[in-house]
Amino acid sequence: MRQRPANLSRRGLLGAGLVLGIALPGRAPRAQGAGATQRRATRVGAYLRIAPDGAIHLQNPFIEGGQGIDSAVAQIVAEELDADPARFTVTCAPPGEDFRLQAGGHARYTGGSSSVRSSYLHFRTLGATARAMLVEAAAARLGVPAASLATEPGRVVHAASGRAIPYGELATAAAALTPPAEVPLREASAFRLIGQPLPRLGVRARATGRVTYAIDVKVEGMLLAAVLHAPRAGAQPAAVTNEATLRALPGVHSVHRLPGAIAVVADTWWRAKRAIDQAQVAWAALQGPIMDGDFTASAMLGRLKAAAGTPGNTAEEAGDIRTALAGAARVIEAEYDAPYLAHAQLEPASSTARFNADGTLDLWVPNQAPDQFQASAARAAQLDPAQVRLNSPPLGGFFGRHFAYGTANAHLQAIQLAKATGKPVKVIWSREEEFARDAYRPLAFATFRAGLDARGEVVAFQAAGYGEGPMTRHFGAAALGTPPVDGSIMEGLTGKPYRFPAKRVEFVPVPHPPGVNLGFWRSVGHSMNDFFLECFLDEVAEAVGKDPFALRAALLPDPGRHRALLDAVAAMSGGWSRGPYDAPDGTRRARGVALASPFGSEVATIAEVSARDGEVVVHDLWIAIDPGSAVNPRTIAEQVESAAAIGLSAALAEEVQFERGEVATRNFDTYPVLRRDRMPRIHVRVVESGAPMGGIGEPGTPGVPPSVANAVFALTGQRIRSLPFSRTRIGAG
Amino acid sequence: MVELNVNGTVQRVEAEADTPLLWILREQLGLTGTKYGCGIAQCGACTVLLDGEAVRACSITLEAAAGRRVTTIEAIEEHPVGRRVVAAWVAEQAPQCGYCQSGQVMAATALLAATPRPTPEQVEAAMTNICRCGTYNAIGRAIAAAAEAG
Repeated sequence: MRQRPANLSRRGLLGAGLVLGIALPGRAPRAQGAGATQRRATRVGAYLRIAPDGAIHLQNPFIEGGQGIDSAVAQIVAEELDADPARFTVTCAPPGEDFRLQAGGHARYTGGSSSVRSSYLHFRTLGATARAMLVEAAAARLGVPAASLATEPGRVVHAASGRAIPYGELATAAAALTPPAEVPLREASAFRLIGQPLPRLGVRARATGRVTYAIDVKVEGMLLAAVLHAPRAGAQPAAVTNEATLRALPGVHSVHRLPGAIAVVADTWWRAKRAIDQAQVAWAALQGPIMDGDFTASAMLGRLKAAAGTPGNTAEEAGDIRTALAGAARVIEAEYDAPYLAHAQLEPASSTARFNADGTLDLWVPNQAPDQFQASAARAAQLDPAQVRLNSPPLGGFFGRHFAYGTANAHLQAIQLAKATGKPVKVIWSREEEFARDAYRPLAFATFRAGLDARGEVVAFQAAGYGEGPMTRHFGAAALGTPPVDGSIMEGLTGKPYRFPAKRVEFVPVPHPPGVNLGFWRSVGHSMNDFFLECFLDEVAEAVGKDPFALRAALLPDPGRHRALLDAVAAMSGGWSRGPYDAPDGTRRARGVALASPFGSEVATIAEVSARDGEVVVHDLWIAIDPGSAVNPRTIAEQVESAAAIGLSAALAEEVQFERGEVATRNFDTYPVLRRDRMPRIHVRVVESGAPMGGIGEPGTPGVPPSVANAVFALTGQRIRSLPFSRTRIGAG
Repeated sequence: MVELNVNGTVQRVEAEADTPLLWILREQLGLTGTKYGCGIAQCGACTVLLDGEAVRACSITLEAAAGRRVTTIEAIEEHPVGRRVVAAWVAEQAPQCGYCQSGQVMAATALLAATPRPTPEQVEAAMTNICRCGTYNAIGRAIAAAAEAG
């Protein structure tokens, strides 16, 4: 039996205006109109090309950057097409309506851990549609009814006569057919690929240096550009006072003033870089705001702290918080903060622009939203978007780095320089420029109050998040709803599964300076808020003398997927045991637990730590994730491990620092990221509850910092309320 | 004009003598498998072999590399240990985004060529390259598998 496609229920976006997938926990999943999905799924020719030799080329609306999305879509399409996923070659699709699958068919982006869940039905339908067309073409060729035909991977078979035709021989005829409006889909029980731990595509190419990233793009006759941004964002280059000297250096073609930066163009990037390192620039505040000369991250934290207690905009509310707090026997309070973070993806920003003789523009740029980049490129080049061919090479890591962030993207510089020189130009940002003009995870601050009754029950829970998120910065306050709530600052304070008789969560807007660009960083608001809230919950447990694991279990709906997940992670780790206790290697260890509900998935994390030389040592992380259902459990485990690693990295030591209004952390020596010497063992279990499909790229991140911090408290009694941990000397010594 | 032995072929390179080997490989010789990550020998994305030893090509000058054998990721499968390392990398599915992985593979190849059965401490000392995707455990399994296969 085959079932008909049903409407895909998923946590949706608010509408066409919001093109970034910020999950809005607390809002019920709602049915998404199937219309757009169906319409796009019949556009088989836009997505699929089957070569005569049976090789299948698939154009992916999503960009591959290590998360395995090329493989996931191949796996889904291959299931319904009845093909071998290993025969697929997947590339990133050009901009265009055919590839807008999100926000009801109005948006396209790779983010919000939304790729598979937003396109699962689309790609199944697309694969089934293509299969039906191949069967129809085979029926015509064999002169038999389509109903008498079946498929085996890669071919149509006619059992009655024993004849079989490979897809490659049918593809041309099939492509000429009208796609059927409705096709049956496989029953989940008949899946042979979906749910299997298939290998990812492109692994060998990535192990042998054969992937062409944006930074590797080579265009005939191109020049190379190095840029130097203003030390303080907002300043403009009034003059390059030694321009003649620079132009006389080997290989240098020209020197340019750009918005907020200068560029040296040369025959090689190294020569451009060497020249720009010698540039003497007179910077001036010619237009717009400039970073204050005394701006620091701690000054910004001071601004957020000064807003503490300001009535905020309601994000979530249940019961009467005022009465509940007033009637509480005890109220405990705490403040938490987390720093600015850089994406620190290994491939720095770059872009190549080439104006062609026919007036069109070819552009190569790392990006997570091709239509937006095409539009901004067209504006910069004064072209129609259709005249801009946007090429989206695989990403050398992204983690939210490559959305359209204005000054954080290199393509507008490449366009300007290609125009000025009349030659193709590739701009590469040095690592120092990359750190200086990233769009940072905002420095964040939250306050908590819990009201406890005489028996130690939590009767009131109040949380407030302060600041400005990338939603506000890049989409404007008007996109935040009424009252305005910036989900990119609030998620993780909102959307928690715990039940409190009275609860209030509010958002207090406090702007960051315009010169500090703000971006979406892996797990976005969850990256700090689950640390804040899950640690505060342990403070509550401590205040009432309860075990943190038991307190969580008591606050969760029973039965339910959260309780099941808590039980799963406890079982994985050999049963919940907080410690501290002595490990066989002689170290004293303890454990902490945390829950997170990010991007439609549920995650439970347990960390085991010890202390050494004033630093936390994380030995093991046990992570149970419930993504509802799985397309590729191996990829999920890999993504959870990857996400956990970046969460630990941030918690241990990452913080963007400013001095005199300038970014002071400009390379990996001053912005330390996790290396293998501090990588813990990570154990992942995928629990498929059958709930609507959630995301997998980000959800592994947010549970790690709080589970580690809670373990540190269990071990040493030190309550870390400010990230990173490196600010605190851990342990007695 | 400097003569450079890269992947067994002597190439004539026209560049300033203090140009980092990384940019000679990438820009003059078209060998873009060696990656630029930090430029200050921190991240290891540019790791190549110089007379068989792992070095960070961003911090070795053309002059210093001249007259020595440079091996890059493009020739890794011609290296008997490198071939094993790549096979293990693929089997363990170590790469995610892949950007750091050519450097990781080169570092692992140098390690196993010098120390066929490394202790965990030797692995830790040799494998200091950054992976922002956090594939360290998969890399560790791949190194163990490659050592086992040797």
